[in-house]
Amino acid sequence: METAPLLSVEGVTLRYRTKEHLVTATYRISFQLYQSDRFVVLGPSGCGKSTLLKAVGGYIQPTEGRIRLNNTDVTSPGPDRVFVFQEFDQLLPWKTVKENIVFALTASGKLPRPQAEERAMHYIAKVNLTEFALSYPHTLSGGMKQRVAIARAMAMEPQILLMDEPFAALDALTRTKMQEELLQLWDETKFTVLFVTHSIPEAIRIGNRILLMSAHPGQVRAELNSSGADAARIHELLFGASNHA
Amino acid sequence: MPERPDVFYEVSTARMDVVEKPLSAWEKLYDNGAIRKTALLIILAAAWELYARWLGNPLLVPTFSATVGALFASIASGALPQAAVYTISMLLKGYVAGLAIAALLTAFATGTRIGADLLETLTAMFNPLPSIALLPLALVWFGLGAGSVIFVLIHAVLWAVALNTFAGFRSVSPTWKMVGQNYGLSRTGYIARILIPGAFPSILTGLKVGWAFAWRTLIAAELVFGVSSGSGGLGWFIFERKNQLLIADVFAGLLTVILFGLLVENLIFKTIENRTVRRWGMQT
Repeated sequence: METAPLLSVEGVTLRYRTKEHLVTATYRISFQLYQSDRFVVLGPSGCGKSTLLKAVGGYIQPTEGRIRLNNTDVTSPGPDRVFVFQEFDQLLPWKTVKENIVFALTASGKLPRPQAEERAMHYIAKVNLTEFALSYPHTLSGGMKQRVAIARAMAMEPQILLMDEPFAALDALTRTKMQEELLQLWDETKFTVLFVTHSIPEAIRIGNRILLMSAHPGQVRAELNSSGADAARIHELLFGASNHA
Repeated sequence: MPERPDVFYEVSTARMDVVEKPLSAWEKLYDNGAIRKTALLIILAAAWELYARWLGNPLLVPTFSATVGALFASIASGALPQAAVYTISMLLKGYVAGLAIAALLTAFATGTRIGADLLETLTAMFNPLPSIALLPLALVWFGLGAGSVIFVLIHAVLWAVALNTFAGFRSVSPTWKMVGQNYGLSRTGYIARILIPGAFPSILTGLKVGWAFAWRTLIAAELVFGVSSGSGGLGWFIFERKNQLLIADVFAGLLTVILFGLLVENLIFKTIENRTVRRWGMQT
């Protein structure tokens, strides 16, 4: 691991406006991501973790603090931070699996078309979907769609992958399988990922480092190494001892 | 609760009657919607023929065979093709002009909030107004000729297309917007590569409804006044032949109107639909 952080989030407060209120989603969050980190943000629903991820993605500007990628301020969305969303509809239904990935590579100006096609097929093979390369997304199962989304994001070879509960809408068996596959992919390419989830077992499985966030408004409760992390202890930190059965 | 042992069974398809069996030719034929509908059409044509023969009054209801005969005779004489070409060319002019204005209005509505308000207000006002009701006014403004017809056609197309397109743009999934931004699409790139394909089911509905409105409006307008600079369309053809009491020709004209309507709505639009929104699973 390099000594300089790849991404640093420094005292970030995020607020958004509803019709009647100004709501604080997260309050003074700080953490650092290093090259090849599998950094998991874990917190209960509504703790602002997805909002935080969108801020790293550049979709939302912090009201306080700063987000820096390689010492440059994040100001807008860009192909150096690629999102994998929870929603199955993140694939464009009018494009085949392959075209979805080619689109990402060419629209961002990353590669000209011939090379983009080659790389798309490479990453489709990585997620074991070669025989579905020419299928349209609506013919795929939920798990397959998420694998395509992951392949699309990885094909971009971004500085950071931003994953917003990508497995939350999957059934338990598929979810476990996808977690294994993600770790396998990480073993092969050692990408850096910022992964948001509300599942404690998933956080321990996926992450090497876990940021615990308290409920609304989100504040950092702890930052742990996942090796040796104990689910019961995390539960206690998140919800308090009294809730813990 | 009694103690129960684990039980295991052999599974085998050997004794099943049917695992997978091809359907009979008759079943396959009956499953084909086009064949079922063709059969219905033949029955209807036969019923028409029988009724007309029984009635024996070609001034009220000519027989099916006489109508088909008149249709071929009118095609051979060139009167019907000429009328059809005139109608279609008029329709295309009005349709394309309507689409262009709809595109401008929708662009304005998508870009600004006041534009959206304008589109919604105008659509709410003019959509319920049948285009043909504007014809008398159009005649005053543009005189007896193509200008009036095109004005009425634009009105028929514009609101349906603009409303549907705008609704489609609004319902484009926010996730696709974020995906587009994530891959660094420019504003025009976003419109061309995310917004328009994403809203295509609604856009197509708008195009279909607009076409149907325009077609009905045009035939009606031609019935009221078809003649301009010596040529008239299908509506005028029907009106004129009725005045000459050539009722079989009137039926032939109506048949042509039906055939063109079917051709465009079920062949052209259906093909577009099958190749786009159906293939993409955006419409079932």
